[in-house]
Amino acid sequence: MKTNKIFISGDEAVAQGVRLSRPHVIAAYPITPQTITVERLSEMVEAGEMDGEYMHVESEHSAISATMGASAVGARTFTASSSQGLLYMAEGLHYCSGGRWPVVMMNANRSVALPWSIYGDQRDSLSLLDCGWIQVYVEDAQEALDMIIQAYKIAEHKDVLTPMMVNLDGFILTHTYELVEIPEQKMVDEFLPPFQTPNKMSFEEPKNLGFSSKPDDNTEFKYQQNEAMFKAVDVIREVDQEFAEKFGRKYHDMVEEYRCEDADVVLVALGSVCGTVRVVVDKMRAAGKKVGLLKIRYMRPFPEAEVKDLAQRVQAIGVIDKDISFGYEGTVYTNVNSAISKIDKYVFKSNFVGGLGGRDITKAEIEDMFNHLLDGIEKKSEEKVEFFSLNVETND
Amino acid sequence: MKEIRWHGRGGQGGFTASRLLGIAASVHGGKHALAFPSFGPERRGAPVLAFTKIDDSKIHDRSEVQESDYVVVMDETLITPGFEKGIRLGACILVNTENIEKYRETLKGFDLRGIDATSLAMEVLGRPITNTAMYGALAAASGLVSLDAALASIRTEMKPKLAELNTKIVERAFDLIINN
Repeated sequence: MKTNKIFISGDEAVAQGVRLSRPHVIAAYPITPQTITVERLSEMVEAGEMDGEYMHVESEHSAISATMGASAVGARTFTASSSQGLLYMAEGLHYCSGGRWPVVMMNANRSVALPWSIYGDQRDSLSLLDCGWIQVYVEDAQEALDMIIQAYKIAEHKDVLTPMMVNLDGFILTHTYELVEIPEQKMVDEFLPPFQTPNKMSFEEPKNLGFSSKPDDNTEFKYQQNEAMFKAVDVIREVDQEFAEKFGRKYHDMVEEYRCEDADVVLVALGSVCGTVRVVVDKMRAAGKKVGLLKIRYMRPFPEAEVKDLAQRVQAIGVIDKDISFGYEGTVYTNVNSAISKIDKYVFKSNFVGGLGGRDITKAEIEDMFNHLLDGIEKKSEEKVEFFSLNVETND
Repeated sequence: MKEIRWHGRGGQGGFTASRLLGIAASVHGGKHALAFPSFGPERRGAPVLAFTKIDDSKIHDRSEVQESDYVVVMDETLITPGFEKGIRLGACILVNTENIEKYRETLKGFDLRGIDATSLAMEVLGRPITNTAMYGALAAASGLVSLDAALASIRTEMKPKLAELNTKIVERAFDLIINN
């Protein structure tokens, strides 16, 4: 296979992934730290390097509305946002998933105001887990590019027809330059055929789309949406396998286990911090500590089976949350804990909240988390949520 | 892993230099690299940092650089109290200055190297843009990338006319450090 590796940022890698996926319509409103992606796409369209239309819209709400409309007539569509912009889209996000329009979006994970912050955490997308979109979180720029291509194949699958959000950490991934392999257009075309859908707004086969429902049929629609999300799990596996065969890079489906085979304790995380956890796992393994990482790739559909399977094999599980659901705990923890509660076994659990508003998560802090979990195996006590960079537990 | 910290002012091209080093190390040097600016808004003239991480294997560590192995200072007015925080003891600090000797006392314990990059840039470019001069000097002082790889990164990243001038600067700065 011919390789073309270039040194680009995560934002630029996303733009390359979008170019290779040949969307017909791109509608997006710029917002830091997503801006470079939409600037590059706009430049590529202008220079004739891609055939799609770039729709300049006046807001994120219009961006999602425009992509929905285009998707309804059978176009492949792309939008991108972050933080306040993503929240401004929120109404449209539910509308889009309910309409079963497989729009693909890049979200540059960024904190949510107030206080105003352009820096990264995952409070924006995690607060929208229930909007019916498939959510994947990536660890580096290559995975960002590859997942854009995979996202179209997953979202547009006839059993899925659900929009998909590809999340990458603001600045840590969007603004960091690294070596990224750009797949050949011909190979991407072979992997990702043009979007075909039976639910198309057309004169030849008119259909009623975007309709109202009454109390006696709404539940059936929501049930089908939920079923499609569960079916996406199989499609995610198939697509990842096919991608690996075609491009030589495999992303381990719903989750990736790193050195979990004989682990006593495991940290669960999303996104770029997984890389730093890997480094700490290697260091502690070299010192004889049986620690591992569970990288959650998909938050929706949630990898319940994978979390339960891991919980059966380990004694303690910690969850790093770059978010907090005020008045309770981190959202990733809530989801992981729900899965663990369904097995008949006691597992010591701990929730580490941090990295908020762009604060660094250091290797020393991660090592402390692992040590806390190792100590916890003996304790068998209930845990409070720890804000680790403040060194306080909630309710203290 | 080697970690490099670049000090400049907004508009001086510190982040470009950090990327050039990343390109030389990865695209032309067969290693792995990450290059990133100090995150957040930038203003022309304000102090800014940029970073490059270089390793033989894939770099997973996404945490901030805490102990730099090399520090490049494009504008010596940025050496202010607290500057040495986050620099590994014994690390090489490369300063754009006419006189490195004046820092011997305040920056004890570091491997100090000086180059008059401003004069070199004025001579070759006719403008005090010192990022590529400091890049060439760092290549020579550190051996992190070869001169060939450094020149290749200039050709990869810049348009031919600009690349020609910057090739000259990198070569001159490289020689100044090697023959110093």
